[in-house]
Amino acid sequence: MLSVDRVHKSYIKGGFFSKEIQQVLTNMSFECGQGECLGIIGESGSGKSTLGRLLLGLEKPDSGSVLFEGNKVEDRRARMGNISAVFQDYSSSINPFYTVEQALMEPLKQQSRDYQENQDKIDLLLHQVGLNPSYRKKYPHELSGGEAQRVCIARAVATEPKCILLDEAISSLDGSVQMQVLELLKSLRKIYNMAYIFITHDIQAAAYICDRVMIIRNGEIEEMVKIEHLKDVQSAYARKLLQMIIT
Amino acid sequence: MKRLQFLLKDKLAAASLSILVVTIVAGIFAPLFAPHDPEEVHMELRYAASSWEYLLGNDHLGRCILSRLIFGIRPSVLWVLAALAVSVGIGAILGFIAGYFRGLTDAVVMRICDVMLSFPGYVMTLAVIGILGVGLENILIAFVLMKWAWFTRIIRTSVMQYAESDYVKFSKVLGVSDIKIITKHMVPVSLPDIAVIASSSFGSMILQLSGFSFLGLGIQAPNAEWGMMLNEAREVMFSKPEFMLAPGLTIIVVVSAINFLSDALQVALDPKLLASKYKLQGQGPASTARLQGKEVA
Ligand SMILES: Nc1ncnc2c1ncn2[C@@H]1O[C@H](COP(=O)(O)OP(=O)(O)OP(=O)(O)O)[C@@H](O)[C@H]1O
Ligand SMILES: [Mg+2]
Repeated sequence: MLSVDRVHKSYIKGGFFSKEIQQVLTNMSFECGQGECLGIIGESGSGKSTLGRLLLGLEKPDSGSVLFEGNKVEDRRARMGNISAVFQDYSSSINPFYTVEQALMEPLKQQSRDYQENQDKIDLLLHQVGLNPSYRKKYPHELSGGEAQRVCIARAVATEPKCILLDEAISSLDGSVQMQVLELLKSLRKIYNMAYIFITHDIQAAAYICDRVMIIRNGEIEEMVKIEHLKDVQSAYARKLLQMIIT
Repeated sequence: MKRLQFLLKDKLAAASLSILVVTIVAGIFAPLFAPHDPEEVHMELRYAASSWEYLLGNDHLGRCILSRLIFGIRPSVLWVLAALAVSVGIGAILGFIAGYFRGLTDAVVMRICDVMLSFPGYVMTLAVIGILGVGLENILIAFVLMKWAWFTRIIRTSVMQYAESDYVKFSKVLGVSDIKIITKHMVPVSLPDIAVIASSSFGSMILQLSGFSFLGLGIQAPNAEWGMMLNEAREVMFSKPEFMLAPGLTIIVVVSAINFLSDALQVALDPKLLASKYKLQGQGPASTARLQGKEVA
């Protein structure tokens, strides 16, 4: 469904006229199938968020391609409502001038439905993420971190996309709330049968929700393993990462 | 509309807004409000004190000061407002394009702005007056020439900061068009910033125009203008200082009203500040300092 083929990405360091180049992603190729949950794990600065931006079509790769069902993902029409995202920083994920209702309306407006259908859909979405309809009129600064992130998740599933990218979506929440959101994500996946691309540096969370994990290091794929085989990873780096958690 | 209600709950803001509305209406319909012809000379009434017929007295040519103040609103406030609107308009368009699309456009627009901003403002205005001649419209042209670059810079900075936020990223992911993102997200969130910088520089532009008129570079006699009225009163500054009072106070009141309103606007337009204001009644707007600090006179 989503296929990444020999993608390279680099940034120009320093000012506009600078020539120094920093290679962030090198020769990445992988696929994410329909309804699959793929975890992307790596240290800070390994290029996870950059890869996420490429997968979402927000930036173009220098070379190689990111295809969604055969079309280039940079093309606005190819991803129209099919791909969605939840970001790490819940405080800046919702426009501070929008109420919860308006925030949820934005993706719904992309699809042609009438007013009443949209209203019903908002109630349904809020219910699915465990918020009651009284939240409709609240502004983002009136929500707790967990509630805001739930609204973001509701907004992400609103168009019933085929794939959702979660970039550190639970990292800035605290322990028990992280667990609740993970459960929520799991249950939503059952309802909508979406693919998740779950970017995190938390192996435990990845192990809990993912079918497959990809470990990246300095912008290269270090290893790709099924979650059942997570214990017997081959590469030394992946071993080290796992060791840190087990001990 | 809801925001306007919040704004009006603030008494100072409501008072400032009404002063400005009255001023603008009086300026537009000056012939209806002014009791006399502002240019009618009565030599027998020179420096007359206020009377029932001439509420604020008469100036050195016996003209009605109140009528001159009212007619003075047109150049002093309305034309300045027009010049402000033009420069903010140019600044907003260029600022939104540069700040949202970044890249080469941004680099080019910003370098042009840098060049424009490296001219000292007053010298530029004087140079424009030197080339085009003395007159109100030339000062206004000079204002637009000087200010657009500054507005572009500030609006671009504000837009850029919002363009990187996650809700804009989310809209882009959804496939919302750039035009829609700009109108639905960028314009509402940067409007408070624009309103604050525009209103704070409105005050300073009124002062500058009055300053240039005071120096005799602006509107020419016998037209009424506040700065020029001050200049005319200057001749008798020591013998009859009260003649400075009417134009001087008017300028102070109007400019202060604009400044108070600009503070209140920022709070009223920002749901977050508004909420904290209702919790901690009476606390001043904390972040107004942020953009106003950048004001160049
Ligand atoms: N827009 C950009 N311009 C220049 N360099 C960038 C840009 N975005 C990312 N980088 C660089 O790319 C590298 C990888 O960044 P990225 O944000 O993808 O890391 P990450 O794996 O998401 O880290 P974290 O876990 O801390 O979020 C960093 O060294 C960063 O400096
Ligand atoms: Mg990151």
